[in-house]
Amino acid sequence: MTTDHEPSDSTTVAGESGEPRRRIGVYVCHCGGNISDYVDVAAVRDAVAGDAEVVHVETTLFACSDATQNDMIEMIESQHLDGLVVASCSPKLHVPTFRAVSRRAGLNPFEYTQVNIREQCSWVHSDDRAGATAKAIGLVRAGIAKTAHSVPLEPITVETTPSALVVGAGVAGMRAATGLADLGLRVYLIERAATLGGWVDRWGPMYPNGADGHQLIERLREQVATRDAITVVTNAELVAKSGNFGNYDVDVRVMSDPPTTQRFRVGSIVVATGFDTYQPEVGEYGYGIDGVVTLAEFKELVDATPGPLRVGGRPVRTVTYIYCVGSRQPDGHQYCSRYCCAATVHASITVADHDADVAQYHLYRDIRTYGKLELLYQESRRRGSVYMKFPDDTPPAVRRDDAGHLVVRTTDTLTEGMAVDIPTDLVVLVTGMVPRENHDLTSLLKLPVGGDGFYNEIHPKLRPVETVVDGVLIAGTCQGPKNSFESVASGLAAVAQSGATLLKGVAELDPLVVNVDQDRCTWCGACQEVCPYGAIDRIVCDGREVATVNALSCKGCGGCAAFCANEAIELLGSTTAQIESMIDGMLEGSARDEELMV
Amino acid sequence: MVESDGASRVARRPRILVFSTNNISDPGIDLAGSQHLHYSPAVSTITVPCSSGIQPTWVAYALEHGFDGVFLAIDGDECAYLPDCNQRSSRVAARAQEMVKEKGIEAQRIRMSAICSVCSEAFVKHMEEFSAVLGELGPTGERVP
Repeated sequence: MTTDHEPSDSTTVAGESGEPRRRIGVYVCHCGGNISDYVDVAAVRDAVAGDAEVVHVETTLFACSDATQNDMIEMIESQHLDGLVVASCSPKLHVPTFRAVSRRAGLNPFEYTQVNIREQCSWVHSDDRAGATAKAIGLVRAGIAKTAHSVPLEPITVETTPSALVVGAGVAGMRAATGLADLGLRVYLIERAATLGGWVDRWGPMYPNGADGHQLIERLREQVATRDAITVVTNAELVAKSGNFGNYDVDVRVMSDPPTTQRFRVGSIVVATGFDTYQPEVGEYGYGIDGVVTLAEFKELVDATPGPLRVGGRPVRTVTYIYCVGSRQPDGHQYCSRYCCAATVHASITVADHDADVAQYHLYRDIRTYGKLELLYQESRRRGSVYMKFPDDTPPAVRRDDAGHLVVRTTDTLTEGMAVDIPTDLVVLVTGMVPRENHDLTSLLKLPVGGDGFYNEIHPKLRPVETVVDGVLIAGTCQGPKNSFESVASGLAAVAQSGATLLKGVAELDPLVVNVDQDRCTWCGACQEVCPYGAIDRIVCDGREVATVNALSCKGCGGCAAFCANEAIELLGSTTAQIESMIDGMLEGSARDEELMV
Repeated sequence: MVESDGASRVARRPRILVFSTNNISDPGIDLAGSQHLHYSPAVSTITVPCSSGIQPTWVAYALEHGFDGVFLAIDGDECAYLPDCNQRSSRVAARAQEMVKEKGIEAQRIRMSAICSVCSEAFVKHMEEFSAVLGELGPTGERVP
């Protein structure tokens, strides 16, 4: 490990302006060779070593290793550093690591800055060592400049109420409710319908192993009923929410006669409002013709038929499935609904269980029976199902011929695009999940909706059930198509996430919110008008009307700042002083690039 | 000192400042790195929480102080903060363009496009095209003292 540094003057030097200079430590990471193979990290170190506010700089093989973390702590303590810059990978990876290092060393975590010289430098400029090195110098200088303008910030701490509201009592919501109750939290489980259960309650055997949906829900209903901590309210809708993270007051309207409203105080809200099924237009793949059904209708038919299938009083000898109806459409729902392939394959095995002689044709674009569900696909093929791939631009056509027989014409790409007519008794349009129309709830909770119309998490991998609205979590298919076990898993993730904040009794919020300079503010109200979170209030201060920010409601987007005519609003962590000094730092770095070009 | 790779180039590459966002466009730009795609090393990125919070004055500052172009890699429809983020970010870009035009700097030095969290290739393409355009325009005048 390279640590060949010369500790500079260890006393605090006063800057020209009389303000004490910052004491910043800089670590430039090799990342094994991920960075140092393409960036001259020693040159980066040397370039910033003389910078005014840099007290210590070194290169390190792995900044994130325990050994280096301990070195950093020692260095922060012994050199009385008041700022830390780590130039290594993307901030998505190790910001929590180095914030923790800072905290352990007694340095305010918000005086540490992460500089991305891997994903945004070494890896993209592996073809240009000089260019990459010059850029890295600029990026590190920008990080130093940002740190020099940082101020210590404390997380915003709020006491929380140990209770949760679960909106929607399908499989995800019910399982979340029992999980929350088992953590010792009070739970309010509200459901718009008259009974608990949602979609799964309507279903018989479900993939992967044939567990009966109705029976699963029956068991969950018992588990809900036997927990005193759970209050169930049916025929109910959330109609109002007020308060702040950790302590929301929610109003629930019960559609009794006359309607009543109940108020609960909750620390978190788990939204598990589920999905709707795609409903084809009449004429879409022959929908509307007798014998053409959706996957949902087919599932109902299979579940309700204990023996061989019959349609219109006649036994079904041939079933033809058309996949991706309403899904993966360039002009419609563009996403893959992900559960429908496995559900269809599973249903086809059930059909074969009841009557091994039924011919089954699966007309598909791609089969996505991922993971262990592959076994179902293999099983259905073993049982005689025939799979035929049709081209994206030539979907199958469904018609009744002159004799009144149902016929599906498809193009089979695997036999050189041959057109095939399949006489059939039943056509199943494999339809997927679509977002449920929930406009009132969406606007009430200010839930972010993604391009597909489902609710959006903050981060699909690292924060998969949290939304930007603190304390409001999403679970199950309101977030996107999921099967029942994925829904339950996300319900339990929401339980863990609620527990992580509510069991401590206090919650910490990121303090990177906007700040109003009340001397500059002349109260025009523009900021309040553009904030959808109601985070800005008007107060009277020294006889003047000015804006003030409720740090608990502010999400830290900074969107209001762009509307302030007086430049009185700044976002902490991205202040004008920070951004402009970063720009200067980058340009100093790339000035070297220019020298190299000659 | 930086070792020169020995290649001689006649003109310096146009310096581009990118404003990206923590949760949407920066992951897309990171992905270009994970995929080992290439773009000009004269492109550097500053990340903010949401593109609606980019100040037009920052954009102008960058162009006045030595960047040749500023690219706003905005959240688009995926913004988790603001449903109207697109319109707001467009407003930022438009105001920045007005601001620099008054100072005699070409408006086309400011570009904007939504970059999603997996839009790595689109980002690289934008950088290539923008570099070419800025190369034609030449450097942004004199440095403001």
